[in-house]
Amino acid sequence: MPAPAAGASASTAPADRRPARVLAVLGLVAALCVVGFLTVDARGAWDFVLPFRGVKVVALLLVAYAIAVSTVLFQTVTENRILTPSIMGFDALYVALQTGLVFAVGSARLAAVDPHLRFAVEVLLMVGLAGLLFRWLFTGARRSLHLLLLAGIVIGVLLRSVSSFLQRLIDPNEFAVLQDALFASFNAVDTELLGLAALLVAGASVVAWRERRAYDVLLLGHPTATVLGVDHARTVTRVLVVVAVLVSVSTALVGPVTFFGLLVAHLAYQLVGSHQHRHVLPAAALLAAITLIGGQAVLEHVLGLDTALSVVVELLGGLVLLTLLLREGRR
Amino acid sequence: MIQVSGAVKAYGDVRVVDGVDLALAPGGITSIIGPNGAGKSTLLSCVARLLDLDGGTVTVDGLDVHRTASDVLARRLSMLRQDNHLTARLTVRDLVAFGRYPWSKGRPTPDDDRLVAEALAFLELEPFAGRYLDELSGGQRQRAFVAMVLCQGTDYVLLDEPLNNLDLRHAVAMMRLLRRAADELGRTVVVVLHDVNVAAAYSDHVVAMRDGVVVHQGAPSTLMRTEVLAEIYDLELAVHHLDGRPVAVPAL
Ligand SMILES: Nc1ncnc2c1ncn2[C@@H]1O[C@H](COP(=O)(O)OP(=O)(O)O)[C@@H](O)[C@H]1O
Ligand SMILES: [Mg+2]
Repeated sequence: MPAPAAGASASTAPADRRPARVLAVLGLVAALCVVGFLTVDARGAWDFVLPFRGVKVVALLLVAYAIAVSTVLFQTVTENRILTPSIMGFDALYVALQTGLVFAVGSARLAAVDPHLRFAVEVLLMVGLAGLLFRWLFTGARRSLHLLLLAGIVIGVLLRSVSSFLQRLIDPNEFAVLQDALFASFNAVDTELLGLAALLVAGASVVAWRERRAYDVLLLGHPTATVLGVDHARTVTRVLVVVAVLVSVSTALVGPVTFFGLLVAHLAYQLVGSHQHRHVLPAAALLAAITLIGGQAVLEHVLGLDTALSVVVELLGGLVLLTLLLREGRR
Repeated sequence: MIQVSGAVKAYGDVRVVDGVDLALAPGGITSIIGPNGAGKSTLLSCVARLLDLDGGTVTVDGLDVHRTASDVLARRLSMLRQDNHLTARLTVRDLVAFGRYPWSKGRPTPDDDRLVAEALAFLELEPFAGRYLDELSGGQRQRAFVAMVLCQGTDYVLLDEPLNNLDLRHAVAMMRLLRRAADELGRTVVVVLHDVNVAAAYSDHVVAMRDGVVVHQGAPSTLMRTEVLAEIYDLELAVHHLDGRPVAVPAL
């Protein structure tokens, strides 16, 4: 029957073009933000300012990308739109790992180790531990969202108190080594590890991008995805590894950030008008880049403020979480 | 051929499927009936590898469903679950198109698009194709899920209470559609139904479960007897013949 088919395809055409249009606009805005960040209020020689700010932009782009992609993937495999890796304590785990290393090895000996090697070891430990911890939470029996949220909060609090307990035992000089890792700051980015971080992010992205169509199927839920032939346990495990790597990168570069991922993931779901990961993932990453780099450009270069961006972003993200929880509760 | 041998599924100490043996020949419609909690959904989920067994095996065309690669089975066997909940917002067309995933792996060919359009037409979903699922009535949504399952194009189709939420007209249309799938397309349809009269009218073979075991199976005519129904449902049902068809009616 040609008539209804033609009518139907005509009605879906605008919807099909919307994701591409949204992505194009977001890409443009993100590019403007980068240019703005590099050039606004630049005093002094360009050949000093540009490389200096350029490194920072790259770091912020990596962080934005890592947080956005890890949040969307995590929400897909856990079949919810409220929990995020950071709400479930992924970055608290990474901080605990770093603290534990300083405590066990000592900062003097740790300082002698190549920072790249140290970072690589931390990421590896993180992948192993996060894999173990979150696999039993998210595969097997289906648990209620609220139970998981509670588990996440408990895990987060537990890990944070382990970290702060160890920090108290560490002598004050050693503690200074950790300071950077413990507080989120988009202003003081640790750029030493940039190359390795970029490599890790690229590797994780290749794994994730190749499976993007299977992730679309996971949106139908574990049973239906299985009926459609997606190996659920294996896919979830791989995603948890990717998420662990991405969270390690962003935490190593800027420190723990709790609600930012939630904020950009939700903006992406709302804006892009498509359930497909090939649209949602880039949209979330671009939105994160716009928020971080645009926000940082305004705060740092226009208003001359220091660490305020993380506060603003966390406040907005926290409001998103509250709204979602209230809406869920009313259903 | 679906072969269930000594299937056991337990939750704690309770065996909700307690040693089921079944051999379902290819073709035709098999109905599974029984009271609530008899283990019908659990058995179907075990056959579709959605649940692991605690004992016994299930094979489909000789393939052990719990050992065969999931994507291989997805081309032979599909299943509609009793309740379906989605986190993402999907349109009816998006949902039905997912039925082609085992074949297209997310890259639909024109053939896939044609099959999706056919499934939408079969289930009278064309007017709603562009609508989001959360904008539909329960019955319309149910039909969208059935369209997805049929779109998968598998030889074996398991449906857990597909008549849920359907009005009388769509319930009859659904059973006729399943009949056509079996008769014209040669599909093997296994369907959980809660109405014995519907089961008797439309199926070739009926399996009755109670407390995790199969208590009766055979042609519909062997089922529609007062003493057989009493054993299944613990209920006195009078069987009348109307236009040559058996109809079970409870006493008031
Ligand atoms: N996840 C579960 N945990 C514990 N008991 C369950 C679970 N799922 C089902 N049951 C129990 O198994 C029995 C059979 O359930 P089910 O197969 O859904 O019955 P039916 O579909 O025949 O109504 C019921 O008593 C139900 O309470
Ligand atoms: Mg049931």
